[in-house]
Amino acid sequence: MVPISYYLVLSAVLFGLGVVAFVFKRNIITIFMAIELMLNAVNLAFVAFSRALGQLQGQVFVFFVIVVAAAEAAVGLAIIILIARNRQSLNVERVALLKL
Amino acid sequence: MLPPNFPPLEDILRLAPEVVLCVFGILIMLVDPFVPRAYRAPTRTLALLGAGLALGATSLAALHPGLAFYGLLRIDSFSVFLHWLIGGIAALVILGSSDYLAREGLPSGEFYALVLFGTAGMEVMASAQELVTAFIGLEMSSIASYILASYRRNAPRANESAMKYFLLGSFATAFFLYGVALVYGATGTTLLPQMDRAPANPTLLKLGLGMIFIGLAFKVAAAPFQLWTPDVYEGAPTPVTALLSAGPKAAAFAVLLRIMVTVVAASQLWFWALWIAAALTMFAGNLAALVQSSVKRMLAYSSIAHAGYILVAFAARNEIGTAAVLFYLVAYALMKLGAFTLMAHLGGEGERRLEINDYAGLGEQQPVAAACLSLYLLSLLGLPVTAGFLGKLYIFNAALKSHLVWLAVLLAVNSVIAAYYYLRIIVVMYMRPAQQEWAPLPIPAAVGLVLLVTAAGTLYLGLFPGIVMNFAAQSALLLR
Repeated sequence: MVPISYYLVLSAVLFGLGVVAFVFKRNIITIFMAIELMLNAVNLAFVAFSRALGQLQGQVFVFFVIVVAAAEAAVGLAIIILIARNRQSLNVERVALLKL
Repeated sequence: MLPPNFPPLEDILRLAPEVVLCVFGILIMLVDPFVPRAYRAPTRTLALLGAGLALGATSLAALHPGLAFYGLLRIDSFSVFLHWLIGGIAALVILGSSDYLAREGLPSGEFYALVLFGTAGMEVMASAQELVTAFIGLEMSSIASYILASYRRNAPRANESAMKYFLLGSFATAFFLYGVALVYGATGTTLLPQMDRAPANPTLLKLGLGMIFIGLAFKVAAAPFQLWTPDVYEGAPTPVTALLSAGPKAAAFAVLLRIMVTVVAASQLWFWALWIAAALTMFAGNLAALVQSSVKRMLAYSSIAHAGYILVAFAARNEIGTAAVLFYLVAYALMKLGAFTLMAHLGGEGERRLEINDYAGLGEQQPVAAACLSLYLLSLLGLPVTAGFLGKLYIFNAALKSHLVWLAVLLAVNSVIAAYYYLRIIVVMYMRPAQQEWAPLPIPAAVGLVLLVTAAGTLYLGLFPGIVMNFAAQSALLLR
C-alpha cells in the first residue's frame, strides 16, 4: 500500500504549483486553471486523509468541493467572457484601469 | 409521508431564515420573466418581503436554540445576533438599490435574487459550527457577490473589479479549503467542538489553522491580503459596495470568532498573526486613504482600516473583545451602508461624480444629504455621541484588559490619522462653493428611508448602546 505521506506530498506540490502559476501567469484563463489545480490538490488531500482515517466523511467533502468548483467555474468563465468582449484581450497586464 | 431520515422540525426551524431567503430568491427568479422589464415594483416587493420574513424567521429560530443537523449548525445568541445584522443589511441594501438600478437601466430581478442568495450564505456562515458547512456558506455568499460585482456588464471598470474579486476570492477560498483538509487530517473531524478533544498531529493542525486564517484574512481584507479591496469596492456598483463592505465581512469575522473561541489551539496559534495583521491593516488602510481623490476609493481604504480596528478586539481574545467585535460590526454596517447608499445616489448617471471635488457645495445644495454624510463620516472617525465612538471605546477597553497596550496606542494613532481624510470631505462639502452648474437630484423616498434608518441608528447606538451592547455581551458569554 502506498503510504499516506506520498499522497500528501503530491497534494502539497500540486497546491504549490497552483499558487506559483496564480502569481506568475498573465493569462486570465491560465490563472483560473491554477485555481482549479489548487482545489483539486485539496480534493486529493481530503481523499487521502479519509482513507488513512478509515472514515467516509472526507470523500463526501470532495463532492461538495467539486460542486462548488463547478458553480464557481460557471461564474468565473462568464466574467472572463465579459472581459474578452469588452476589450479583446485576456492579458491581466492590459486589464488595469483601476490602479493598484 | 416523510422519509425516515427527515430532520426533525426544530432543525428546520433553526434553519428557517436561510430557507426563507432561498425560497424568496427562487420565487423572484420565477416571477421575473413574467414582469415587463420597465415595471420593477413586484420584484422589489418580493425581495423586501423575503428579507423581512427572514428577520421574522430569525426570531423564530431564536426560540429554538441548540444544535441542528447533527451539529453542523448551532443556533445560539451569537448566531441570532449576526442573523439580525445580516438580514438587516440585506433589507437596507435592497431598499437602497432600487432607484440606482432604475437609473442605470439594470435588470432588477436577478439583482435582488442574488442579494438574497448571498445573504443566505452569510447567515449559514454565522451559525456554522463545522468547517465544510462554513465553506459552503462562504461560497454561497462569494459566488453571489462575484456576479453582483460585475452587474454593470458594459462598464469596463466593473468587469475588471469583478475579475479581480473573482480570482483573488477563489484563491483565498482554495487556501481556506486546504486548511480545512489539513485540520481534518490532523484531528479526524471538521466539527469545531470536537477538535480540541481529538488526538491531533500538532504540525498538521497548526499548518491547517494557519491556512484557514489566511483564507479568512483575505475575506475580511486584513493586511497583507487587502490589495484587492479598493479595486473591487471602487469598480463594483455602489449599492453592491455597500453590501460587500458590510455583509460578507461580518460573516467572515463570525467564522473567525467561532473558530477562535471554540478551538483553543487556534486561539493560541493566531494571537501574533492577529496582532500583526491588526497593526498592518490599520496603517495600510489609513495611510492609503490619505492620498485618494475619489471618495468611493477613500471609503474603500477606510473599510480596510476598520477591519484593522476589529482585529484589535480579536487579538484581545476575551469576552469583552468578542462583544466589542459584535457591537462594532453593527455600528460599522450602519455607517458604511448609509455612506455608500448616499454615494450611489449622488454619483449621478453612470457613477461619474465620485471625486472629492464633486462634493463641493453639497452643504448648500442638499443640506440633508450633507448632514447625513457628515454624521457617517464623524462616526467612522469616532467622534462622541456617535456609534463609532462607543465601538472604538469598547475595542480600546478590550485591548487594555488583555494588556495589549501597544495595540491600543496604535489604534489611537490611527484614529488621529483618519481624522484628516474624513474631515477633508466635510470641509469640501460645506466650505467650498459648487464648481459647476450641476445640482444632484432630490433624494428618492427609498434612499431617504435608508438614510433615516442608518443615521438614526448611528445616533441611537451612540447615545443608548445598552440594548445592543447587552445582546452582544450575552452572545459573547454564551459562545463558548
